[in-house]
Amino acid sequence: MKKKLPEKYGFLFVIFLFWLVLTLLSRAGMLTSHFSSLLVPMTYYAIAAVALNLCVGILGELSIGHAGFMCIGAFSSAIFSLLTRQILPGGVRFFLAFVVGILFAALFGFLIGIPVLRLKGDYLAIVTLAFGEIIKNILQAVYLGVDADGVHIALNMTDFRLSPDGITLIKGAQGVSGTPRDSSFTVAVIVLLLSLIIVQNLIDSRDGRAIMSIRDNRIAAEATGIHVTHYKMLAFTISAAIAGAAGVLFSHNVTTMTNISNYFGYNASIMLLVYVVLGGIGNIRGSVVAAMILYLLPEMMRGLNRYRMLIYAIVLILMMLFNWAPALVALRKKLWQRIRDRRPAVGKEA
Amino acid sequence: MKKTKRIIRAVALGTLMAMTLAACAGSSQPATNSGGAASSAQEGGAAPAAGGEGIFKIGAIGPLTGDGAAYGQAVVNGSKLAVDEINAAGGINGFQVEHRGEDDELNNEKSMNAYNTLKDWGMQMLVGPTTSGCTIAVSDLAHEDNLFLLTPSGTALDCVKYDNAFRVCFSDPAQGTEAAQYMSEKGIGTKYAVIYDSSDPYSSGIYESFNAEAQAQGLEIVSAEAFTSDSNKDFSVQLQKAKEGGADLVFLPIYYNQAALILQQAADMDYHPTFFGCDGMDGILTVENFDTSLTEGLILMTPFSADSEDEMTVSFVQKYQEQFGEVPNQFAADAYDGVYALKAAIEAKGLTPDMSASDICTALMEAFPEITITGLTSSSLSWDASGEPNKEPRIFAIEGGKYVVQ
Amino acid sequence: MSFLNYLINGLSLGSVYAIIALGYTMVYGIAKMLNFAHGDIIMIGSYIVYTCMSMAGLHPAVSVLCAVAGCLLLGVVTERVAYRPLRGASSSLAVLITAIGVSYLLQNIALLTFGAEPKAFTTLIGWKGISLFDGALMIRGTTIVTIGASLLILVGLELFINYTKNGQAMLAVAQDKGAATLMGIDVNKTIALTFAIGSSLAAVAGVLLCSAYPTITPYIGAMPGIKAFVAAVFGGIGSIPGAMIGGLVLGIVEILSRTYISSQLADAIVFGILIVVLLVKPTGLLGKRVMEKV
Repeated sequence: MKKKLPEKYGFLFVIFLFWLVLTLLSRAGMLTSHFSSLLVPMTYYAIAAVALNLCVGILGELSIGHAGFMCIGAFSSAIFSLLTRQILPGGVRFFLAFVVGILFAALFGFLIGIPVLRLKGDYLAIVTLAFGEIIKNILQAVYLGVDADGVHIALNMTDFRLSPDGITLIKGAQGVSGTPRDSSFTVAVIVLLLSLIIVQNLIDSRDGRAIMSIRDNRIAAEATGIHVTHYKMLAFTISAAIAGAAGVLFSHNVTTMTNISNYFGYNASIMLLVYVVLGGIGNIRGSVVAAMILYLLPEMMRGLNRYRMLIYAIVLILMMLFNWAPALVALRKKLWQRIRDRRPAVGKEA
Repeated sequence: MKKTKRIIRAVALGTLMAMTLAACAGSSQPATNSGGAASSAQEGGAAPAAGGEGIFKIGAIGPLTGDGAAYGQAVVNGSKLAVDEINAAGGINGFQVEHRGEDDELNNEKSMNAYNTLKDWGMQMLVGPTTSGCTIAVSDLAHEDNLFLLTPSGTALDCVKYDNAFRVCFSDPAQGTEAAQYMSEKGIGTKYAVIYDSSDPYSSGIYESFNAEAQAQGLEIVSAEAFTSDSNKDFSVQLQKAKEGGADLVFLPIYYNQAALILQQAADMDYHPTFFGCDGMDGILTVENFDTSLTEGLILMTPFSADSEDEMTVSFVQKYQEQFGEVPNQFAADAYDGVYALKAAIEAKGLTPDMSASDICTALMEAFPEITITGLTSSSLSWDASGEPNKEPRIFAIEGGKYVVQ
Repeated sequence: MSFLNYLINGLSLGSVYAIIALGYTMVYGIAKMLNFAHGDIIMIGSYIVYTCMSMAGLHPAVSVLCAVAGCLLLGVVTERVAYRPLRGASSSLAVLITAIGVSYLLQNIALLTFGAEPKAFTTLIGWKGISLFDGALMIRGTTIVTIGASLLILVGLELFINYTKNGQAMLAVAQDKGAATLMGIDVNKTIALTFAIGSSLAAVAGVLLCSAYPTITPYIGAMPGIKAFVAAVFGGIGSIPGAMIGGLVLGIVEILSRTYISSQLADAIVFGILIVVLLVKPTGLLGKRVMEKV
């Protein structure tokens, strides 16, 4: 079953070229500032989509709270960067910020996974949603700061007695601001490549096959001696960790996190799910492409002004029908077949 | 053989992907300048041709879709109205002005995208973003580019932390402190309750400073209850607590959307304290079909009153209604004043559109602390070098469905 | 006494969740799809009533009928155009995403048609409610009407599903589409009927939601939609009485935790309790445990 190298890494190569072309264009000053500013977000959404696809497509558990893990990664790393801004040089700090963000997201993924993965189907979905909302709600309400006396934490400003020389880390609804803008397209692409390699290798490994067997038939998997809980936790934690990495890129790109319901609420989680489903459930490469295209789409339609989101919604529905409706899928296959008739069938994508 | 074919395919795919995207990006710029739907940008763009070589470009940012759409649309409309008027009257220093509004969906990330879109379009000055969080995020970019940012309604302290960022509205701390001082000076209320949105930086920012000042003034706060954007329909608990605490004044540092519900629910439970709002409360009388008798006695600190009878307000309200079919609120008025402030500053320094955005910014930063304008939101509006406006706070009470100056 | 007051407040919020959850769970249980657009159909229903009453000056009853008819049509059309082509798709998630697309579409249509400014809804229920113990306790008229309507709908749905041919067909479709087809049931027609009923219930829910909380914006449906989904799962997926109880419990828990624990963290507490309940009873309050067959 081992895939040949070029196929396995072909897509990584595609992304590398993608990066190369865009970087060259950017150096040559041929990209608009609008487009350059979209590169980092579209890459971290692609990373988050890969993470969610690992959970939804490979593990087979519907999660509608993945933005919560992004949120954890974003906040923990932003706090780390704020604290070490004066102490550490940029590169080291950003690298450690990743470590912190990923570890925290993985930790939460693990903790949340313990109860969540006992549930099934829609019940599991709603509990992930609930966790996403809880994380968001708490981060909106909490005040966190550090001064000479130690860490201060409170639920409102009155109880928040930080000495004037302390550092405010989270200021309730006013969130975190002043995170250094460390994210760059190059770093984002490196993280994307790494997550793709990790996920792809996981899928191709013994562990990955165990995980997918749970997805396909849990009872049969259990009967063959696969430790279901163990593998579920493994996949879920890795998925959370990758989403956390996307969060790190997020917080070091946007630098100010307020009104977090707009990008870490259930709407954002659902948006990630849209990327995953449109790109193909279980199709990791598809997630990357779909996330990038769907992130760019509404931005590219800014010229349509007020009709932008309306058109976006219509395009989304049409794309879904085109990609998923059995009638259209059959039609597409037929056409494909006709084109490829003379050639030997090339391995179809999952 | 197969291997090379695959590699070729991969190369082709990657290049194609990047090229298409880049092409998209490249084409988006001329497309928005020449064609497209009936947009505010287009209407603004139609007029300038007369001016000839130079056109000033003013951008505006705010949520035009999503939950905050009402606020962003008001800012874009208000600034557009000012630009149209200026163009009709001969422009700034004889140069016409082009205006374009972009959507940020009340999302910091999207706000940065909106900013960059406007930058590509050639924006030289920004009236926006509309909300605090977005303003802070965008001000980082504007600072790097040295592009002049004048937010009509970003109230958080950090919105104007950079030299090139100014605002038209009062800051959160200014509003919260002012409210507490006013209450204690005028002796309105004996026991106080607060209902605020703990998920909104604007609301919680005002609450913080109000709370601090209220303690300094010795006001007795009997209850301070929060709600969040996820549960902003039912206020029975918050009202019940205020009622049980015996509060006779309820401070509402929130937007009129939720305030309308609070007034209704208070009336339903037969609770009739004095309600006190900040600038976000302005607009409550314009909620279509709303029973304005519920607002009787409401006190609010707003810079703008659509009921004012001075010539400027009357003409603004009339034009706004003709063009957009709504009674303007303070968001629109702040944005309108913002554009006129830019005009005054440009005229003071004799700037021309052929200057770079950065040169204009440097000049405007010098000009702003020197100018004084008469606007909708103040009869004499001037600025500190720190970016804060100097204007007299205006406090109104609603009597008979109209604002009455206090 | 004050506890009772809060309890009643919770009941009144819960009744709104319950009535939304009823329509939600109907579609959810039978078509086996999470209709994320359900909340937005509620919003459209409210706008129809608003337009009929405030602009066309129609009688409230006529306006509600218009809304029911409008939502019914909308529900059937979206089902036909956006959902039916995806029946039999290789993943059930496909139709969920399309529903999200429909949700965005409806929100943006409403935004373009009615504008972003909130509109105040004239409550259809003039009755102020019952006052007990000299006004110390107050049960709002809207609460009583909403609970009454929910009960009526609950009984109606139960009767319809258990005692009519079409209802039995729905149960059959819910259990096994393939077997239902073999028994001569027109699956497409049955699901269309489900959407028709679910959407007309959404119109009723919209009217009651806006009577209780009388402002309308294009986004009012989104959050209640999610909460109703939570209520439906809480009560047990596919169980109609479960949805009603889930809604009421959710409302009461939300109000009580806001009252006695923290108004800032109320959302977190509600969801926390939901998680605990689901861990203890993994199929919701009234959900049936389905044995897995190998």
